[in-house]
Amino acid sequence: MEQSTMLETASEQQTLRHRTTLLMGLAVLAWWLAYRSVQPLAAWLTYDLLGLARGSHLGESVAFFLYDVPKILLLLSGMIFAISVIRTFFSPERTRLLLGGKRQGVGNVLAAMLGIVTPFCSCSAVPLFIGFVESGIPLGVTFSFLIAAPTINEVAMVMLYGLFGLRVAAMYVGSGLVIAIVAGIIIGRLHLERYVEDFVWQIQVSNDVFIEHLTWEQRIARAVESVREIVGKVWLYVIIGIAVGAAIHGYVPESALADIMGRNQWWSVPAAVVLGIPLYSNAAGVIPIVHALMEKGAALGTVLAFMMAVVGLSLPETIILRRVLKPQLIAVFLGTVAIAIIVTGYLFNLVV
Amino acid sequence: MVTVKVLGSGCPSCKRLEAIVRTIAQRKTYPIEIQKVTEFMDIMHYRILATPGLVINEVVKSAGRIPSDADISAWLDAAADHHH
Repeated sequence: MEQSTMLETASEQQTLRHRTTLLMGLAVLAWWLAYRSVQPLAAWLTYDLLGLARGSHLGESVAFFLYDVPKILLLLSGMIFAISVIRTFFSPERTRLLLGGKRQGVGNVLAAMLGIVTPFCSCSAVPLFIGFVESGIPLGVTFSFLIAAPTINEVAMVMLYGLFGLRVAAMYVGSGLVIAIVAGIIIGRLHLERYVEDFVWQIQVSNDVFIEHLTWEQRIARAVESVREIVGKVWLYVIIGIAVGAAIHGYVPESALADIMGRNQWWSVPAAVVLGIPLYSNAAGVIPIVHALMEKGAALGTVLAFMMAVVGLSLPETIILRRVLKPQLIAVFLGTVAIAIIVTGYLFNLVV
Repeated sequence: MVTVKVLGSGCPSCKRLEAIVRTIAQRKTYPIEIQKVTEFMDIMHYRILATPGLVINEVVKSAGRIPSDADISAWLDAAADHHH
């Protein structure tokens, strides 16, 4: 009796799995077809249906807008789905286990890389910080994670890929990793443990942690949920950002910005970082504007520095971390990351 | 009596989870006590590293996300059954 029920559930599970696989296949096909038809559709709408002239200011702006909005929203949905599935294999609890017992150096590199794949919300920065340092993970390694996790932002990554291409997206991820590793090592070397709020050291944290075991159906369901949440949060910014970008694209003359945002202006990188810090929540809207600015002569390093300051150095996260860090350590954290971003900006302006 | 604890220190999703749990609890016939745990000292006691956390009868059910209504409802029923 019991065996037959078990067999039934096993075959039910198999049917469910087949259905999930089929649905996934259909979704991927539909996504690909939609993605392929964005450009011809945008051109047809602009030049044939609306009858705008090719090469005119308005025509260029409208075609740009109608092409970029669906393209970026499709890319965001597809790639955030893939990233979210990968993230179901990681959790802050599991990352802590992986980092346990790692020394400075190796630990910083691993922590920065885990920062990309571990689901992290800056609102959880405090329990994560306490859990990490209490289980003996060095302060510098903890900071490498806390810098990488928000700096290498999935929405920014996808939008850079969609608007600038693979090379710039890879440079963004690569420099985010280097900044997190180097800043973490510097903070570790400075031995700032005394600037962690005293209550943190008094909390007893047990070493066994909450770990979930998920089926593929659950992973896919969670990924769909996070696509809905993330795209639901940023779509409006994306559209507004692309609209402003499209206007710049169509109306601002070529190389108009070379003088103020070009590579020859030494002050443009630090100015971009200072401007970027308070702009946290609008990362999705900022990238299309920055893309249009770059077309008109702004330098890549300046643009990347701005991007990373927008997503990595956020005011809300700093305020949250103040609960566990004394002001001196907050200052070192902000200062180190800001300097690392500025240096990266100069390097890209020099090299590229 | 089923005891539910929502762990979290004022983050937006912590408040949302609490509201969801309250709505689901209203539809249940058995008594449910809902507590908010906001002190980090107490949150860390449940060995989670991300908020919001959901604890039912002292067992951690989820961390760092808002579970589906169906899951929460099923966890509550299971905890109530277990008690009788």
